[in-house]
Amino acid sequence: MTTPLLSVKNLRVKFRLDKKNSFDALKGISFDVMPNQTVALVGESGSGKSVTSLAVLGLLPKENATIDKASVIEFEGKNLLKFSNAEKRALRGSEISMIFQEPMSSLNPVLRVGYQIEEVLKEHMGLSGKAARDRAIALLTEVGIPEPSVKIDSYPHEMSGGQQQRVMIAMAIACEPKLLIADEPTTALDVTIQKQILDLIGDLQKKRGMSVLFITHDLAVVGDIADHVVVMRSGEIREQGAAKDVFAAPKDDYTRALLACRPAVDSRPKRLPVIDDFMAGRADAMRLEQRSRGVKDTDPVVLEVKGLCKDFVSRDGLFGKRVFHAAKDVSFKLRKGKTLGVVGESGSGKTTVGLTIMKLHDATKGEAWFDGKNIFAMNEKEFLPYKKRIQIIFQNPYASLNPRFTVGQIVCEPMVIHGIGANGEERATMAFELLAKVGLPEMSFYKYPHEFSGGQRQRIAIARCLTMKPELLICDESVSALDVSVQAQVLNLLQDLQDEFGMSYIFISHDLAVVKYMSDEVMVMSEGNVVEQGDSDAIYAAPQAAYTRKLLDSIPRGLVAAAG
Amino acid sequence: MSAVTANPMTQIGIERSPGLWALAWKRLMADRIAVVSMVIVIFFLLLSFAAFFGLVAKDWNREIAINYAPPTLFKDSHKPSSDTKAGAVDSGPAVDGAAAKPEFINDRDPLRDTINELKQQLGQSTGAAVDSGIKIVDPLADVMAELRKQLGRTGDGSAKVVEEKRLDYLPFGADKWGRDVLAKVIQGSETSILVGFAAAIVATIMGTLLGALAGYYGGKTDDALNWFYSIFSSIPYILLVLAIAAVLKQKGVVTVVLILGLTGWTAIFRLVRAEYLKHKARDYVRAANAIGASHSRRMFVHIFPNISHVVLVQLSLHVVLFIKSEVILSFLGFGVPVDVVSWGSMLNESQNELILGYWWQLAAATAFMAVLVTAFSLFTDALRDALDPKLK
Repeated sequence: MTTPLLSVKNLRVKFRLDKKNSFDALKGISFDVMPNQTVALVGESGSGKSVTSLAVLGLLPKENATIDKASVIEFEGKNLLKFSNAEKRALRGSEISMIFQEPMSSLNPVLRVGYQIEEVLKEHMGLSGKAARDRAIALLTEVGIPEPSVKIDSYPHEMSGGQQQRVMIAMAIACEPKLLIADEPTTALDVTIQKQILDLIGDLQKKRGMSVLFITHDLAVVGDIADHVVVMRSGEIREQGAAKDVFAAPKDDYTRALLACRPAVDSRPKRLPVIDDFMAGRADAMRLEQRSRGVKDTDPVVLEVKGLCKDFVSRDGLFGKRVFHAAKDVSFKLRKGKTLGVVGESGSGKTTVGLTIMKLHDATKGEAWFDGKNIFAMNEKEFLPYKKRIQIIFQNPYASLNPRFTVGQIVCEPMVIHGIGANGEERATMAFELLAKVGLPEMSFYKYPHEFSGGQRQRIAIARCLTMKPELLICDESVSALDVSVQAQVLNLLQDLQDEFGMSYIFISHDLAVVKYMSDEVMVMSEGNVVEQGDSDAIYAAPQAAYTRKLLDSIPRGLVAAAG
Repeated sequence: MSAVTANPMTQIGIERSPGLWALAWKRLMADRIAVVSMVIVIFFLLLSFAAFFGLVAKDWNREIAINYAPPTLFKDSHKPSSDTKAGAVDSGPAVDGAAAKPEFINDRDPLRDTINELKQQLGQSTGAAVDSGIKIVDPLADVMAELRKQLGRTGDGSAKVVEEKRLDYLPFGADKWGRDVLAKVIQGSETSILVGFAAAIVATIMGTLLGALAGYYGGKTDDALNWFYSIFSSIPYILLVLAIAAVLKQKGVVTVVLILGLTGWTAIFRLVRAEYLKHKARDYVRAANAIGASHSRRMFVHIFPNISHVVLVQLSLHVVLFIKSEVILSFLGFGVPVDVVSWGSMLNESQNELILGYWWQLAAATAFMAVLVTAFSLFTDALRDALDPKLK
């Protein structure tokens, strides 16, 4: 038995909220990271996984975080918690380094990437001048940046998200750390890029023989690279063990729920099982009941879009113009009570299509026939009565609710604007009904959005849309910002509402599995073009376009592979 | 929204969550400096209200002491004397007015000779009982009465020396005409605070409205307003003040308010415009658009409450700024008219006095202003922290 590289023993962290209240972020967790091993720390938001990594690095905010005296974090046999600040600083970057979630905000935008890498080398390795530059180029080559000797002089904004994350990795491995902590390194990236980055981290780990502590909320991602999995929930470890065992035979109900509530590409249950179902032991029965999808020609068409084009024009020089074609000639039919899934990577124009149909952008060209009228030809005033019939749910539930309004005000506002309900009392009664329908307690009416979790906020946004009884609902990445278990709940809710009210959905997402679960028809977009469209089962079974195949191949299948 | 107040759940008595304003208030109250400075600010506000309604310092204009009566709290330590104030020849006050007892001469006194003459007639022995003794035997009473009438209230205070008992010392001293500096500075606070608040409100409304329009609509509206702003801010400040003063053509509190308000909106405009630019692209504003909220509703019902902390902080910062600016304007002579007292006009007067060593008017006005401005600035800082909408 080798000695562990990093050993966390009985780690307890408390956050002080105000004078009286404190919050136990970590309730005594213990785990080991062996040399040359990848350990995945999995959990939803609020599970304490990031707190753990910050505690290891000694980066917890001093003002309000207290680590219990009995806690021990041993790195190569030395207790990090007893280190002085200077010792910790010397350790960070050289022995232990970290990759953050957002490469865009972790790199300094005004400095060249080469300079930022060289800075690390100068600080910790004592390299200077040409030696540092050569080393930086070698590192960029190693992380797979094309033309590293040219790219070393570029600024972060000149690189794509994936390349920025590669630069971050290059900086993290610059001093040949023994332990690399990766905090959700792929969450902000597209599915194809995510695969590349995961492969890169896996390769580097093997090649350099370092250990990786990989933090993520997505169990599926973990399966590809982790040797050991630690599942956390609300500051406690629910289960830990070898990756194979955890995936093949999860012992804990929570782990099983996490594995199951993410929609799979190959099965489509009527409802997605959520954590409560597992805790109540009724999940297995639910999985058997399948839903069939697809459209018939007899289904009435709600919305028909013909040749939608959207250009963004920016000024270039004094008189010049630069035109960016965000969507090129997009046409589709949406049938009543059915869902059209729109998939694509960021920059594919899928959100532009959604916003243009809602007339939040003006279409450059094209027609959209809704209820016998071309809504693109309408002016703002003419479109107003249609606004309540076409609604949109945005991606980020933290941003789409006005923080200064109570939930009651938020839900009642559309009724006030559109004159629904005779008076305030009637509207409030309707609001209470809708809140109950989306599964929120009556109390919520008086609360402010910041008092709710992401999933609850998305329910509020849905309730707001429902007040107008829309015929068409555009879901723009509506579940992408949510944890998998919450995502399953919201997807179930959307599905129930569609069944009840016969609404038609345009479901925009970068997540192919979610789109597959929700959609009758699918439209695949890339760089503003529609690459492929048709029946969802058909496309997933036999993708015609190369791009679709590439997307499907990038879905993390580690979970399935590990489970055998 | 009406729906919130008029719904059946209220009667059941569900505990409402504290609003963001309530949370901000709680945070503010937790800050000790904020509470102390707020108490001071409220004290000043009450003082100026009281002065406005004539509850305190109503008769600040009364000349109750000898001219330039020195400030002291210990009356008994000095022997009151009428000799010093009249008979002495110009020798100039000591430079250090606090240490040496200054002598009170008024070399511009038109009645100096008359009084000297009277003194000679009365003889030195009755000098101590100057008030009652003189009145009865004054042979020039008629002449004096006539002179007093001519000089009126604005005339030199020394004219009445013979008529009423003048105090030799006041806790805060007296000014050139023997008016109590304390009463004067309280009365001055009314004007200064009124000017500060009114001008700040004018500037804030103007800056917020233009900033909201520019930031929200963008495009041509933004261009036009930005040009206006650029031109406005390219004119030197004093020149701008002169120009507006020339246009308004009259002196008065309203004029000062307008001058300050019309020149001071630019900083607020920039900030509010930037906030609107940022917020109009936010999802909640888009969502409001999606549910059919009109432009004005989005601008003022949705966005404004979210940026109101910026406006509020700017408002209070500008109150401080304009109280100080009023001083500068009065100092330059564009300020309040002579029959109105403000801290600015007091400082303006004291520039001449200071050379003669009469420091107390300057000290009183400066001390009051410094305390208020410091308290207000600290309060504003705390307010900004409390209203910072970073939430748990």
